[in-house]
Amino acid sequence: MDKSLNWRETIITVVIKTCGYSAIFIVILIFFFLLREGVPALTEVKVSDLLSTRWYPIENHFGILPLLTGSLIVTVGAMLIAIPFGIGTAVFLSEIAPRWMREILKPLVELLGGLPSVVLGFLGILVLSPFLRYFLNLPTGLTALAGALLLGGIAVPTTVSIAEDALDSVPQSYREGALALGATKWQTIWRVTLPAARSGVLTALMLGIGRTIGETMAVMMVTGNAPVLAIKLTSIFSPVRTMTATIAAEMGEVANGSTHYHVLFFIGLLLFLISLAVNITASSVVFKSKKRAERVLS
Amino acid sequence: MVNLALAWAERYQSEHRDVSLSVTGGGSGTGIAALVNGTVDIANASREMTADEIKQAEANGITSVEFVVSRDAIAVIVNPENPVRQLTLQQISDIYSGKINNWTEVGGDDRPIVRLSRETNSGTHVYFLETVLRLGDKTNPTLFSTDTLLLPSSEGIISEVRLNPNTIGYDGLGYVPPDLMNSVIAVARDASGPYVIPSIATVNDNSYAVSRDLYMYTAGEPAGAIKDYINWILSPEAQVIVADLGFVPIK
Repeated sequence: MDKSLNWRETIITVVIKTCGYSAIFIVILIFFFLLREGVPALTEVKVSDLLSTRWYPIENHFGILPLLTGSLIVTVGAMLIAIPFGIGTAVFLSEIAPRWMREILKPLVELLGGLPSVVLGFLGILVLSPFLRYFLNLPTGLTALAGALLLGGIAVPTTVSIAEDALDSVPQSYREGALALGATKWQTIWRVTLPAARSGVLTALMLGIGRTIGETMAVMMVTGNAPVLAIKLTSIFSPVRTMTATIAAEMGEVANGSTHYHVLFFIGLLLFLISLAVNITASSVVFKSKKRAERVLS
Repeated sequence: MVNLALAWAERYQSEHRDVSLSVTGGGSGTGIAALVNGTVDIANASREMTADEIKQAEANGITSVEFVVSRDAIAVIVNPENPVRQLTLQQISDIYSGKINNWTEVGGDDRPIVRLSRETNSGTHVYFLETVLRLGDKTNPTLFSTDTLLLPSSEGIISEVRLNPNTIGYDGLGYVPPDLMNSVIAVARDASGPYVIPSIATVNDNSYAVSRDLYMYTAGEPAGAIKDYINWILSPEAQVIVADLGFVPIK
């Protein structure tokens, strides 16, 4: 009986370890594949050309700056929407709403997160973009703003889910202590509960950012895909072209091994590195806070 | 060309039940790349293969053979509310390259011009660049203006032109729906010339300036089922389908 238990333990341990290590292994493999296909772009195209402002690959203009700024402006716009709405909804759900309302609203928010982004893109073309064109008097509604609104809508459910769980896990004693000291409900939430749940909320935001940067279909349909250099504040009202939409639209037509192929992989590599940086920042914040919390409570 | 290819494939399969055809879209660039990579038997293209692509195919051991299967007119369309109904090639070129930015400069209302185009992988895009923006001159370096919206499909262009009064777009004549047929622009080769509306007649007598051949490329001389299919496409029965879809049958 002892021996068979040991057997089973060993096998299960090995299987679980393999699964865990294989996840890391696969990510590393993907990274090396991107490196292998993307780095030749640096030798085939002069770096000054890569940093130029015209993206027109069929005539060998490979300036990726418009694509970078396009992705950036849409992500920043989306986070400006997702942060207040996401955290606000999370705070409402966990601190203010009565239990029965919470049990209805939370599944509804998660349902919203399950909507395929293509459907949202479709709604964006037919409903959101004419609306924006009419009410903001823009030449066209297919702009970075339309993309940011849709992406904000996509990022909110992710953010709400995780932030709400984080707020929920703050011990009730914190809130009771604050109220006992005479704080109002809002002061408790803003100065005690939210800071205590800080690491979870930050993780939620980082995951929202990660989702937003990688979103392809919805932005491809509503941002107009025009490779405009989006550096002014008013660029939010102009069409833009994101890195993800560029890869999706152009990867089908490139011949294996051509310069265009390598540049597209280089853009993919950039996306990978940006997501990696966002995730590393998120985890370092989480782990630092945990250590401090352990010190305080012990 | 995907509509045409699909219609042909459907009709051929209904008459020849032992042959199975599968058609996918993605633009001329995608089709030719697939032929060069050896993953398809026939590539539909609305432009000729470039010298580079032919070289790449040879490098993979594939000799491409070209067939002209149909002709097409590129219609320039505007929103029905737009009063402008005729333009010269030079004006269209200036609009798309960013030199003209307001409709008043070509006789319309005071509205900003929003330019719509297909993505760079589309043969229609390349053809428009060469024939209209560059006026057929291979040494002309004119490019689309950076704020031209590059929409991923013909449907996207049609939908935006329908909804937005500031737009100008271009598309194959076969893709223009009936409600936009009245707002197709009559094009003149120069300011003195006649302004011609695209149609089967004006493409075949060469009076419409923006028309082109549509091609099918095979890997090497076609044989067997592929040869039968291409011969059928060049026959009058298949060319009736061409006319039904709004393209121009080869004579």
